[in-house]
Amino acid sequence: MLDARIPDGPLAEKWSNFKSHARLVNPANRKKLTVIVVGTGLAGSALAASMAEMGYHVKCFCFQDTPRRAHSVAAQGGVNACKNYKNDGDSVYRMFYDTIKGGDFRSREANVYRLAECSASLIDQAVAQGVPFAREYGGYLNNRSFGGVQVSRTFYARGQTGQQLLLGAYQALMRQVGLGNVELHARHEMMDLVLTDGVARGIIVRNMDTGKLERYGGHAVVLATGGFGKIYFLSTLAMGANGSAIWRAYKRGAYMANPSWTQIHPTCLPQSGEYQSKLTLMSESLRNDGRIWVPKKQDDQRSPNNIPEEERDYYLERKYPAFGNLSPRDIASRAAKERIDEGYGVGPLRNAVYLDFTRAIQNQGEAAIRKKYGNLFTMYQKITNVNAYKEPMKISPAAHFSMGGLWVDYELMTTIPGLFAIGEANFADHGANRLGANSLLQACVDGYFIAPYTLANYLAADIKTGPIDTEDVAFAKAQVGVEEFMSKLLAIKGNQSADQFHRLLGKILYDKCGLLRSKEGLMAAITEIRQLKAEFWKNLHVPGGEAMNSELEKAGRVADFLELAELMCNDALYRNESCGAHFRVEYQTPDGEALRNDKDFAFVSAWEYKGEDNGPELHKEELNFDVVTPTVRSYK
Amino acid sequence: MNIRLKIWRQEHEGDAGKMVDYSLNDISSDMSFLEMLDTLNEQLIQKNERTIEFDHDCREGICGQCGVMINGRPHGPLTNTTTCQLHMRTFKDNELIVIEPFRATAFPVKCDLKVDRSAFDRIIQAGGFISVNTGQAPEANDIPIGSPVAESAFDAAACIGCGACVAVCKNASAALFTSAKISHLVLLPQGKIEAAARVKNMVEQMDNEGFGHCSNTEACEVACPQAISVLHIARMNYEYNKLQVLKK
Amino acid sequence: MAKSIQRTLSRKNWMAVTGLFLCFYLVIHLLGNLQLLLPDERAHIQFNWYAEVLSGNIIIRVVSWILFASIIGHIIYALIITLTNNHARNIRYQYDRRSAESKWYTRNMGVLGTVILIFLLIHLRDFWYIYKFGDLPVDEKGRKDLYVLVIKVYSDLWYVLLYVVCMIALFYHLLHGFFSAARTLGLYHPRYVRWVKMFGWVYSVVICAGFAFIPLYVHFVK
Repeated sequence: MLDARIPDGPLAEKWSNFKSHARLVNPANRKKLTVIVVGTGLAGSALAASMAEMGYHVKCFCFQDTPRRAHSVAAQGGVNACKNYKNDGDSVYRMFYDTIKGGDFRSREANVYRLAECSASLIDQAVAQGVPFAREYGGYLNNRSFGGVQVSRTFYARGQTGQQLLLGAYQALMRQVGLGNVELHARHEMMDLVLTDGVARGIIVRNMDTGKLERYGGHAVVLATGGFGKIYFLSTLAMGANGSAIWRAYKRGAYMANPSWTQIHPTCLPQSGEYQSKLTLMSESLRNDGRIWVPKKQDDQRSPNNIPEEERDYYLERKYPAFGNLSPRDIASRAAKERIDEGYGVGPLRNAVYLDFTRAIQNQGEAAIRKKYGNLFTMYQKITNVNAYKEPMKISPAAHFSMGGLWVDYELMTTIPGLFAIGEANFADHGANRLGANSLLQACVDGYFIAPYTLANYLAADIKTGPIDTEDVAFAKAQVGVEEFMSKLLAIKGNQSADQFHRLLGKILYDKCGLLRSKEGLMAAITEIRQLKAEFWKNLHVPGGEAMNSELEKAGRVADFLELAELMCNDALYRNESCGAHFRVEYQTPDGEALRNDKDFAFVSAWEYKGEDNGPELHKEELNFDVVTPTVRSYK
Repeated sequence: MNIRLKIWRQEHEGDAGKMVDYSLNDISSDMSFLEMLDTLNEQLIQKNERTIEFDHDCREGICGQCGVMINGRPHGPLTNTTTCQLHMRTFKDNELIVIEPFRATAFPVKCDLKVDRSAFDRIIQAGGFISVNTGQAPEANDIPIGSPVAESAFDAAACIGCGACVAVCKNASAALFTSAKISHLVLLPQGKIEAAARVKNMVEQMDNEGFGHCSNTEACEVACPQAISVLHIARMNYEYNKLQVLKK
Repeated sequence: MAKSIQRTLSRKNWMAVTGLFLCFYLVIHLLGNLQLLLPDERAHIQFNWYAEVLSGNIIIRVVSWILFASIIGHIIYALIITLTNNHARNIRYQYDRRSAESKWYTRNMGVLGTVILIFLLIHLRDFWYIYKFGDLPVDEKGRKDLYVLVIKVYSDLWYVLLYVVCMIALFYHLLHGFFSAARTLGLYHPRYVRWVKMFGWVYSVVICAGFAFIPLYVHFVK
């Protein structure tokens, strides 16, 4: 059993207990300590800036050309915080409960409570940084409601909340770079983690402009590298998003927790052809006014406006009358997939469902709809050339968020001492399904308010260590390993591109380890992934050389994805229950709902790497529900 | 549809570089512009040629990483659209499409279509922030801000830092980028305190990076994917002049 | 070192201030020249009187120094700014269609300015220089007879056409220059920006139409 090192005391006092007793580092000693932060999204930028403000020396890395482009920038909807500004009965406890219930009772109580507890400070911090949240006419902050909760606690900046929060963190980071407290290395990709005596002491990175490998040492290494949903190839993620940093950490001994739990978002644009590179997300808020339907007849070729009302199946309203079109993400996605698989899909590839605004436009007028969603309708038209005021949108589910990630304890430290994982890169707070507007929150809270305390607690023991020597043999060995890996990729000289393998991998995962999973499917997937991996190492072609080479970058990431995919399938195969985003077809109620098994599976699966030739070893972290009682989620 | 392409190829910074002709047949008009480049790169890989390096990441118009000159205009012929949001249906069958990197002395070309825009980071480092450490913030609603003010600040803050304003400007001026940040922060009460130092340092950095003067042609607003208003430039000038008049 | 370099924004301020002074001067100049439209006899006497007052008055003399300084300052700053701007993009685009994104005259202030400068030199040579240093007959009141010179010069059709063409260049220069100066000085409020734009239009039309009308009137009517 894994020990998450949760502090003693009642749930509501655990975090303050920890803070009161955590070790500290004297301001004079802080500049002697170096923290490496990989990734500059919300979690990474926030942490790097906060640590530098306190006086630590920070080295910060990102693969983008500037920290401001990290994919946190793309989050649209908002960020949750229990300020109770709407006087509608919100509280830390309610937010905690909503989140743990939304996660289908598969997350750690103490972490989730802390997330809710710190949420209010985040809003204060962001406002002080100049984040232009939406305001009411009196000048006070405005909120809106979001899926899965009964209060209004979502703060937002139009449809660009992620961008504005990230710019706030980016500016704080830039301030520290300007002051010389942070060494920024943009266009550097982490290739390996370096351990000395079992402790994380540095990283090997590749300068993506020159292709040169560089070594950086630090007293602690923090991975804030985001999620790996891009493993499905077609996803809502950025093209560069990858799982390589956490995968290499996994291979160095960090455990990977619940890797198969991926949120598939219901409202994305469907694939329109084989060339497609990504699926754009359309904000969930559209479901407030849009109605989702498919034709009642299979393979109906008529244009949607020619299908009369009585021949339409509003399946969400039919199956979930209480929540209807506002059912949670996992349920809405699964229902759409079920209809599409049954042959009711629409669009040229029969892979979409309709999201129809006709009734909303009739009731509220086109102007009102334009005011609420104008930018989304414009975006839809830009991409599809269809006017959604006149014709329903076509949407389909797409891979979006990784609830799984590196296993971390209460202090966000992985099983490798000195290696921390924050934000989407860890597994911690969302359980088996993430609620809308909680991802920005978790990234920010980890970066601003949690990791700075827990890192200090860890670093306090390191003040006498002195500078880390990157000439150490561990660094040299790690670098040689990376060099060999890169030359191996370049040397294959087969006839297929990295993207071609990635597409095939994505297809396997969507089919067998996506919205619906089955024992047979997952076993078949493992075989197919192994074949694909063998084919990859035999037939990959990377043109160009070691210098700037996007194809080489992609190849390295796909190589890691191929290994990670197998672990995902193993994880999904082991979990003989359905919970949240993880739906095993064998485990469902007679009417097709997820059937959770709290007796046997109320634990976190944490996988340990055991070498190339051996399977991973499972460790369990038991989930104890001292405060809440797990119930069956019902949206009927 | 079929298209003909002329694309800038350059091995590395300092290399001479040249335009190279390519053609693509039977591509879908629903493809995005970057997917068209992906398709071309696929073909280059089959021929064992070095692929075309271009910047891109989110492919939904918000990260600001993509951006090239397409037929002589930054981000192509559509206004207020990033390169990744442009689709091939915008072009005609058999059209010649010319693709070049953004050009400015402050944005050196690194390889093919990739340019170094770190000058923008340094402008922000010079003062594009509010100096508040984590933990110092007061209760959020202690700073009431009228909705119209918050909305104006948002309009300025919406900048994605793609560099199209510099690329389109006849003087390669970074006035719109710099002023958008100055304007965003000075509009808010929390940002007013440092306004004078901010405008001084950011303008100084903007000049030191080698950007040109603003001639108020307003091309930047047209090219800007977020349609950021040129009035922010006026706001920057106002803040700068206020500083010059009031300085001791 | 950075401190000693004048900032781009300061240079633009000097362009704006000198430009606006020249705009103001144009108004005075036009008002004076409108006297040429008076009936022959009155125009003759009054115009020569006006010319003498302008050349003899110490205040006017100071203003004229500022005027020349403004012209020279405007030109020198234009040169400095243009050189820096050229340096800001040392590699040109191979294929350039950026013209679609802005108005032609906003991008060609330097060209328009050069046309105006050439015109100015011709203009100074033909009137100011002759009035100051040349041999001019005197009128019945004993004043230098500038009026006769004006009538003579404007009797040449080509000369009149040159004037009209240069006034068109001036029109576009003013159209962008006036509003651009206001922006450079920091006028950011959208309502007043609209007003200034409108005023700039009216101003440019009135000034340039006025200056172009006078030689045409003199040539064809007088």
